[in-house]
Amino acid sequence: MLEIPMRDGLILAGILFSLGVTGLLVRRNLILVLMSLEVMLNAAGLAFVVAGARWQQADGQIVFLFILAMAAAEVAIGLALVLQLYHEFKSLDADALSEMRGIA
Amino acid sequence: MRPHRSTFTVCFPETCMELAFYIAAAVAIISTALMLRDVNVVHALLYLIVSLLAVAVVFYVIGAPFVAALEVIIYAGAIVVLFVFVVMMLNLGEQAMTQEKGWLTPGIWFGPTLLAGVLLCEVAYLVVQGGGAQLEAGMVTPKQVGIVLFGPYLIGVELASMLLLAGLVGAYHLGVRTTKRMDV
Repeated sequence: MLEIPMRDGLILAGILFSLGVTGLLVRRNLILVLMSLEVMLNAAGLAFVVAGARWQQADGQIVFLFILAMAAAEVAIGLALVLQLYHEFKSLDADALSEMRGIA
Repeated sequence: MRPHRSTFTVCFPETCMELAFYIAAAVAIISTALMLRDVNVVHALLYLIVSLLAVAVVFYVIGAPFVAALEVIIYAGAIVVLFVFVVMMLNLGEQAMTQEKGWLTPGIWFGPTLLAGVLLCEVAYLVVQGGGAQLEAGMVTPKQVGIVLFGPYLIGVELASMLLLAGLVGAYHLGVRTTKRMDV
């Protein structure tokens, strides 16, 4: 039968999550930052589905559904904020936001 | 569910399924890495789509067809379309790409890659220590997922709907303010 160790699925999730963290730290373009966040959420969901497949339970897939709903809401708000910031600063540079210090 | 599975295994022996897992995993890792170092946002988006589709193949191989379909429809479909629309509205040109090239100096990769690599090594060590349990060969069907989702997890479904409504209202609010400011 199917012989994939659970280890390999979890390590794949770990590698994808680390790549997402690296992108989050390296890139300054806000859209790329949001895409790295998507990769990280997807990797977390992959770990849940792998665990669900290990014990043949539906719970892992259900947690993935919740992560999916959260990712959709997060990306909608995040992209709306990116549009706002682009109209304000004419740039997608995350460092441009260091000027957001309030009135003082 | 059993007959469905056995008809599938007639076409594809189990070794092919294992091979598909490792190939899809390699494609996901490579395309994500290429996404991170691409200066063109649209090309990075295309690499993200490839990565998500490869993860969908992984889901199918490990016996989660429902989640594989959702990965294609919602992640690679809806969420990436949102990104595409925003990139279209921002209308980034050549000067954005030269700016990106200026941001991605070679030295900038060293620290984050090292730190993420250390974390990955720790996770991999813990996972390998956990022993070599095999994944079960069966499939968790959409019917099983639906029964559990609308049984014990019903309150979670309600909360997710409220979260999505909050996201809708928030995105609408932010978008309306943008268009007003553009008119002035």
